[in-house]
Amino acid sequence: MWARALWLGLRTPLGGPRGFTSKTDPQGSGRITAEMIEHLERLALVDFGSREAVARLEKAIAFADRLRAVDTDGVEPMESVLEDRCLYLRSDNVVEGNCADELLQNSHRVVEEYFVAPPGNIPLPKLDEQEPFPHS
Amino acid sequence: AIGQHTREHGVSAALKQGQITPTELCQKCLSLIKKTKFLNAYITVSEEVALKQAEESEKRYKNGQPLGDLDGIPIAVKDNFSTSGIETTCASNMLKGYVPPYNATVVQKLLDQGALLMGKTNLDEFAMGSGSTDGVFGPVKNPWSYSKQYREKRKQNPHSKSGDSDWLITGGSSGGSAAAVSAFTCYAALGSDTGGSTRNPAAHCGLVGFKPSYGLVSRHGLIPLVNSMDVPGILTRCVDDAAMVLGVLAGHDPKDSTTVHDPINKPLVLSSLADVSKLCIGIPKEYLVPELSSEIQSLWSRAADLFESEGAKVIEVSLPHTSYSIVCYHVLCTSEVASNMARFDGLQYGHRCDIDVSTEAMYAATRREGFNDVVRGRILSGNFFLLKENYENYFVKAQKVRRLIADDFVNAFNSGVDVLLTPTTLSEAVPYLEFIKEDNRTRSAQDDIFTQPVNMAGLPAVSIPVALSNQGLPIGLQFIGRAFYDQQLLTVAKWFEKQVQFPVIQLQELMDDCSAILENEKLASVSLKQ
Repeated sequence: MWARALWLGLRTPLGGPRGFTSKTDPQGSGRITAEMIEHLERLALVDFGSREAVARLEKAIAFADRLRAVDTDGVEPMESVLEDRCLYLRSDNVVEGNCADELLQNSHRVVEEYFVAPPGNIPLPKLDEQEPFPHS
Repeated sequence: AIGQHTREHGVSAALKQGQITPTELCQKCLSLIKKTKFLNAYITVSEEVALKQAEESEKRYKNGQPLGDLDGIPIAVKDNFSTSGIETTCASNMLKGYVPPYNATVVQKLLDQGALLMGKTNLDEFAMGSGSTDGVFGPVKNPWSYSKQYREKRKQNPHSKSGDSDWLITGGSSGGSAAAVSAFTCYAALGSDTGGSTRNPAAHCGLVGFKPSYGLVSRHGLIPLVNSMDVPGILTRCVDDAAMVLGVLAGHDPKDSTTVHDPINKPLVLSSLADVSKLCIGIPKEYLVPELSSEIQSLWSRAADLFESEGAKVIEVSLPHTSYSIVCYHVLCTSEVASNMARFDGLQYGHRCDIDVSTEAMYAATRREGFNDVVRGRILSGNFFLLKENYENYFVKAQKVRRLIADDFVNAFNSGVDVLLTPTTLSEAVPYLEFIKEDNRTRSAQDDIFTQPVNMAGLPAVSIPVALSNQGLPIGLQFIGRAFYDQQLLTVAKWFEKQVQFPVIQLQELMDDCSAILENEKLASVSLKQ
């Protein structure tokens, strides 16, 4: 990934093996560390793909930081605007289904009534093990 | 339905009286769709389906048994609503070729009333955006770019389609639906509204853009963006038509547990307000921002004056947390998006890459190939805000601010206000080339400023076209109502619509052999516009 090239390149002059600031530096400029990039990419299963994308995330974080200025002492989080109502629960009866064929049709890889997945429990290669990002 | 009124209604009456048949109407709209293909409003045109539906509708009219006022009426649906047997893409590579096996509840309700499905309309990818410019099928062009009103102001030859590089955006993300209705290719279109995605393009395209109260209309089958804020939206050319469609769509759905059980008048027919002297209009002072165009500010002020001169009480109110609303929205939206987009892994539906090494590698590559930068950016931001170390400071914090914003509205309404009056957008539609100078997140943050607080509070709101700008482009104003007071809100909007008499778009130059729809203004709406 491109990230490796960028951060490894800048690592030495700025000191410290982990980039500019720690992940949760509340006073910091919100710079994203290489660790954070890797962590987010793994969680999201979506890659940044470019320097601009990381910059955009930094801007997004800086934007979100404006919320700190709001006094929320004693305020309960609001999960739903319908919090004053009871959630409707329907009766536990089967009313539809038996549509396996229709659903299987939408998949690219199917064997009999199974969706076919590649082998699991194989983690993505670590940053160091990968080629510099080929997609940017 | 129609039997309860002695008054005639636009095209609905024409169908009932046999002045026009559903098939003729369908064919006229299909022809207009072809002629306006350059607008790129439609992703899929379901011609065969529509004609078949028209045939069935015709049989019903011949037997004197139409299903209702919407029987035989052409409609369009934004391409993030599931339509059985018809490709549903969300304007994304991730769902190209995906054909849902079921209809969204709102689509089913329209079809059950005999509406003709003309096609699926274009949008920003996964409804993320405020311009309808970021979908894989390309941007949508605002029909007003080609209107006589706009062209004459720019001293351009109204017959020329060349020199097209300065075309205007529709706004978004339901731009395709807006363009489809604005160009007369259908009578109503479904949009979705999470932060203003129905009201914003309505304002830019001179339409009525209605956002129902959260919980009033089923989201089952609407591919979700932000579950706690999404609602299906309605785009029409007049308020009565929007009310008619709302009457069909509203109501509890056992398949959507976030829909309420409140009774709704069916069919929904708006009374005509004799006078507004019992009304109290609130003007939120924090909405007067420096970035608001002077023209819109002036129209807003004149609208307030109009209500006052007609006897309504018009007062200034305060929504103190307004300036934090867009930030709060940004955090909650990206967080919910991070969760909602996790379902796209290539296994059961949608795009799947060729990599077979491992599930993780397959998921990662599928999602890289399937999603555009905007979507990926929001997923990554959302995942950041949801990290253990960030959860309290960002996500929960935003939820707390959300309560403050919702409470601001409650306080305003409790102070005696019936309806709030605000601008819908900061300015009129801008040229595409100007719009793309800033990135999607920046644009959304700017353009959604007046609309997204409404989604945070789950309130009903509607954008009404008011007047043309100095450049000949539509400007809309927004009315916001109390939760579940949708009918009352639309009643006020209908009164206002009648006062301002917004002009009809003049597109005749582009459509040589005229369709009856344009010649006869009576047929422009489902209901008779007063």
